[in-house]
Amino acid sequence: MDALTVIAAVSIVTAGLTIALGSIGPALGEARTAAQALQAIAQQPDEANTITRTLFVSLAMIESTAIYCFVVAMILLFANPFWDWAIEAATRTTGG
Amino acid sequence: MEITPDSRILFVLPGGPLGDLSVSATIVNTWIVMAILVIGGRIATVGIGPATPTSRWRLAVELLIEMIRNQIRAIGGGDPARYLPFVGTLFLFTLLSNVLGVVPGFMSPTGSLSTAVALALCVLVAVPVYGIAENGLFNYLRRYIRPTPLMAPFNVIGEISRTIALAVRLYGNVMSGMVVAAILLSVAPFFFPVLLQLLGLLTGVIQAYIFAVLAMVYIVSASGQEAGAAESRTPTKGAGAHSTSKERNP
Repeated sequence: MDALTVIAAVSIVTAGLTIALGSIGPALGEARTAAQALQAIAQQPDEANTITRTLFVSLAMIESTAIYCFVVAMILLFANPFWDWAIEAATRTTGG
Repeated sequence: MEITPDSRILFVLPGGPLGDLSVSATIVNTWIVMAILVIGGRIATVGIGPATPTSRWRLAVELLIEMIRNQIRAIGGGDPARYLPFVGTLFLFTLLSNVLGVVPGFMSPTGSLSTAVALALCVLVAVPVYGIAENGLFNYLRRYIRPTPLMAPFNVIGEISRTIALAVRLYGNVMSGMVVAAILLSVAPFFFPVLLQLLGLLTGVIQAYIFAVLAMVYIVSASGQEAGAAESRTPTKGAGAHSTSKERNP
């Protein structure tokens, strides 16, 4: 295997692993947050407005962990710096 | 595939000796958002006075501003007029650009890492500005060596990393909405992308809210009188929320 194939294979596999492993933690966390918030609303329906507002903020902050993984996966797939470097090196050797 | 509006070059300005300046969709879309905000605000406030608002535009803008003021008060900012120009502008700009992302052909400027980083850098600068204005330079700097001077590097790292997190959170959420919609458009066209766009509207509004709330929380934690940010934030937030619900009830 030449360098290009290795880089492509590693990038694709790593992108898949990144988003797969990286979504486990936020999924568990969001589930726990939602369950706790529902419990809190069931106990204190009067405070539902405040609880819901805080719930959305916390959900989005927990979700940002998964978003970081998504960004890394997108960079690996569509804007891979190593891939660009390998292409450049290959054209340099063949061209020059 | 275009994953950010940065890669779409709309036109190139001849730049003379410094080279050409390529103007991407990010900048043009930012101009569009700015123009809508400025013109909308101008129309809403034309002939403003102490009288009861009669036009629907003015009523809508006043409701929005009042909501932002209430939120600032609930986080514990004290006088909202002090923070409203900065936090309100951040909120309105991110909100409008996120929501305009559903317009076909318009790519949200917040879906570009450059815009998100620029907004986060504004927060990074605003936090010490508000903190020094509130407490003075010495008291602000002393916050970094609490509880011990050993923690100073970690406090600095924390400031930088939370700025990066702020930028990547906004960028990632908006960009992921666009990318997932584009992928679904090629896999299962016409129905699921619409649902995803609806979800994107909700995410965009929440992200704009979170960006402004986090900026406000950082500012409050830097300009509050108490030392620890976490323990000072929680009671003020709870008390603030309580007082707003009390205001709302009668």
